[in-house]
Amino acid sequence: MFSYLVRRLLYAVPILLGVICISFLLDNVMMSPDAKASRVLGPKATGQNRREWIHNRGLDQPKPMQFVHYVGKLATLQFGTSWVTGRDLGEVFLKGVGPSLCITIPGFFAAFFASVGLALFQVFVRNSPLDRTLTFLSVALMSVPTMVYVIFTQAFLALGLSYFPAFGFNDDGFGMARFIMLPVIIFMLINLGHDARLYRAIFLEEMGQDYIRTAQAKGVANARVLGVHVFKNGLIAIITLVVAELPRLVLGSLLIESLFGIPGLGNVLVQAIQTGDQPVIMASVFLGSGLYLFAFILTDIFYALADPRIRLS
Amino acid sequence: MMDHWFIQDALVLAGFALIFFLLRAGSRNERWQRAGARLRRDRTGLLALGIVLLYLAIGACEMLKLPGGTRSILDLFTAGVSPEKSYSAPLAETLLGSTRHEHLLGRHLLGTDVLGKDVFVQMLKACRTALIIGGMTSAIYVPLGALLGVLAGYFRRWVDDAIQYVYSTLASIPEILLLVAILMVLGKGLGSMSIALGVTGWVGLCRLIRGETMRQTERPYITAARALGQSHGKIVVRHLLPNVMHLVLISAVLGFSNIVLAEAILSYLGVGAPVGTASWGVMIDAGRTELGRDPLVWWNISAATAALFGFVLALNLLGDSLRRAFDPKRA
Repeated sequence: MFSYLVRRLLYAVPILLGVICISFLLDNVMMSPDAKASRVLGPKATGQNRREWIHNRGLDQPKPMQFVHYVGKLATLQFGTSWVTGRDLGEVFLKGVGPSLCITIPGFFAAFFASVGLALFQVFVRNSPLDRTLTFLSVALMSVPTMVYVIFTQAFLALGLSYFPAFGFNDDGFGMARFIMLPVIIFMLINLGHDARLYRAIFLEEMGQDYIRTAQAKGVANARVLGVHVFKNGLIAIITLVVAELPRLVLGSLLIESLFGIPGLGNVLVQAIQTGDQPVIMASVFLGSGLYLFAFILTDIFYALADPRIRLS
Repeated sequence: MMDHWFIQDALVLAGFALIFFLLRAGSRNERWQRAGARLRRDRTGLLALGIVLLYLAIGACEMLKLPGGTRSILDLFTAGVSPEKSYSAPLAETLLGSTRHEHLLGRHLLGTDVLGKDVFVQMLKACRTALIIGGMTSAIYVPLGALLGVLAGYFRRWVDDAIQYVYSTLASIPEILLLVAILMVLGKGLGSMSIALGVTGWVGLCRLIRGETMRQTERPYITAARALGQSHGKIVVRHLLPNVMHLVLISAVLGFSNIVLAEAILSYLGVGAPVGTASWGVMIDAGRTELGRDPLVWWNISAATAALFGFVLALNLLGDSLRRAFDPKRA
């Protein structure tokens, strides 16, 4: 197990290096040092000021030197400061994680249970008109862009009928529940269609296996075949899929957070995108891919643990 | 450059020629013939296909420009619709919120937007944006993903390692961030949006085709072709590509729906379609403020949502039907 872990971690190093290369390349192509200086210092800065700014950041050094410097800073988790607010990015990110998780974790569990339940039910009534209708509804849920859900519920449920607050966030226990309710429901809805369809396919695949036929031949009740045999074995495949999705929870949902005014990472990113705040985007590219790689490794380990046929060596 | 009428006309014709060529090549393949027969019995699939073709036809009408380049074929049909000054409700006779009885120049089925443009016409014109982005993105990522997938699956060893390395690296960057970063380099526009979506989009297809190619190379017909001394190029082009092409078609149809949705999201984020383009994403974005104002303007966002929803739903259903037609046992 230990050597497998080490190998898996070593395999991630070249990929992370590739990500750094891509982001360094994009960073350099995007703007010349001079354009960056005038973007940060404003139009009134003199040429002397700009040259000093460039020199202080080492942007006048040869590119390979800059690259080494860049890697060094990322490796020690120094992400620099935002161009717009001037705040340290490490701090900004740390502050944003909490509110993001407040939305994504309840939303994630709601979506998970709803879609597994729906998928199992559809397998139970498989190939009936009800099953086909539910599949159609799942596809319909997938076919609506996220912001449409948000804009319509905000306009009618929040502003029109005042069931929910339309905008904002606070983090004092029960007071928060009012604010996160609608975003969590929407987070669940946008994942439900896709997940339920996928899980239904996974469960149906299990239904075709030999051990199911054996169980049915033994006279095990249909509900028990589904609830115990199919559910347990299908869950292995599902959980490995779910683990790979975990980084998305940390990054938050860009659209939901920005439209509901939740001060999470997603909101930070949307603001950075709309103001062209390049350091924020580049730092989150690096952090995001770090998280994804971590999740991939976790998936592999989980898969190996859950299925003894997969050898670790 | 993309807006020159000649280039647009050429692009449309090339796109339809490509589809025609693929279908003709497919009609000689036994697997495709069987799938075609199954699809003909699938009513949902046929309906979805009809709707998709309708959207494509409307988009093509807006893309095909008459010589001179100021008017499209669609403009010929909508020439009778007169522009108003500002918002007006569907089928209303006066401007929205105007107290004076100032009559509109004509009736508008779905009302008019803030600039007084007819919403129904804008909704139809937005098909062009969806068609351009979907078409150009597919033209980039489908050949790239399919070819690299087949090469990785067939040659294995270092070719596979190299291709896997490239796509693992790209896949480990959160998609939306990579899209935005590329768009910040290339600038706003339909062309750069297609490039960005193409660069991020080929990974899934490549992975799928690589796996299927690996399965196919274990089959006796590939061993036989090798034993007969056929060249690698011939095996890839004559044997492997036709046998994975149905998966490419299914992915391309489902991918098209993702591209249309992605266009809407990128437009909302402000890195999508340039100002002045008729696009469902831009219309939905405008709806955010329109639903908050008094009196409420609901027709603009509703029209855009309905049009977008219809297209994406039809594409998704068509993709599912194709999957069922090609592989009835698994679906």
